[in-house]
Amino acid sequence: MIEIGLGHYLSLGAIIFFLGVIGIFLNRKNVIVILMSIELILLSVNINLISFSIFSGDIVGQIFTMLILTVAAAEAAIGLAIIVIYYRNRGSIRVEDIHGMKG
Amino acid sequence: MLAHSVFFYFFSVIAIFSSLMVITSRNTVNSVFFLILDFISVGCLFIMVGAEFLGMIILIVYVGAVAVLFLFVVMMLNVAEQKQSWFIGKKSTHIPIGLIVSVLILLELLVVVGGWRYKDDLMSSSTLNLSDISNTHQLGLVMYTDYILYFQLAGIILLLSMIGAILLTFRQRKGVKKQSYINQISRNPSSSIELKDVESNKGVKIDD
Repeated sequence: MIEIGLGHYLSLGAIIFFLGVIGIFLNRKNVIVILMSIELILLSVNINLISFSIFSGDIVGQIFTMLILTVAAAEAAIGLAIIVIYYRNRGSIRVEDIHGMKG
Repeated sequence: MLAHSVFFYFFSVIAIFSSLMVITSRNTVNSVFFLILDFISVGCLFIMVGAEFLGMIILIVYVGAVAVLFLFVVMMLNVAEQKQSWFIGKKSTHIPIGLIVSVLILLELLVVVGGWRYKDDLMSSSTLNLSDISNTHQLGLVMYTDYILYFQLAGIILLLSMIGAILLTFRQRKGVKKQSYINQISRNPSSSIELKDVESNKGVKIDD
């Protein structure tokens, strides 16, 4: 319990991943919260990669973390741009109102 | 080692609590603030475990750019006060299915983590076994040599996302006077200067 090992960090990543997934499933009102849940999931992936990188002494995991950071930033920018133009056209970004494709 | 564990539990409890608040908060602005708190605590964890460069990058990029972008969009779109009602209102089938799937994912992950055993020679499989140089130095040594292609691809991804975001949100407004550069630079003296003979004591009318 006192000795912090790899398992502790992996458990933290698992819990944050779980919270992100539950945020995607349970949210029906707001698309922005879904985007934030995706950010949480990417953050938990970063926690996994960095903890493996540190505890196995290999620097490559941190490089992949940096690439994931890049992709996360790009995804947030594109997603928010799509949300902005959707709100401009329809006047609402509630999840229930987005059914243009009848999915 | 005691300080390490105390700080680990402190930051991870803050991280889990704030990510819980991100998905359950009624006000979207509060969700964004808790997202920022989550990023800060995870960045502190990264700095604590030894990945200082990525911890600072998390603080700068996520907190300084991505979370502030979320905050701008939330405040611009006027959706901050939308009520979230999960378990009240009309009956919906997605909530139990989502709960089942999420709990299954958590249980699978915890089973994998709990059954984890270290390989015997785990510490010897390293690309760079230089422990006397700093974390940032190690990253630079590997990133700009072995992974230069991925580094440049990341730059291309950022460029593409910038072009995409600008192109998506660009709109042409009507009735706005704009400067036309091509008209400005394509006029010549013969079309823009007019010579008039001015008679004495009469003057000349301009703008006729």
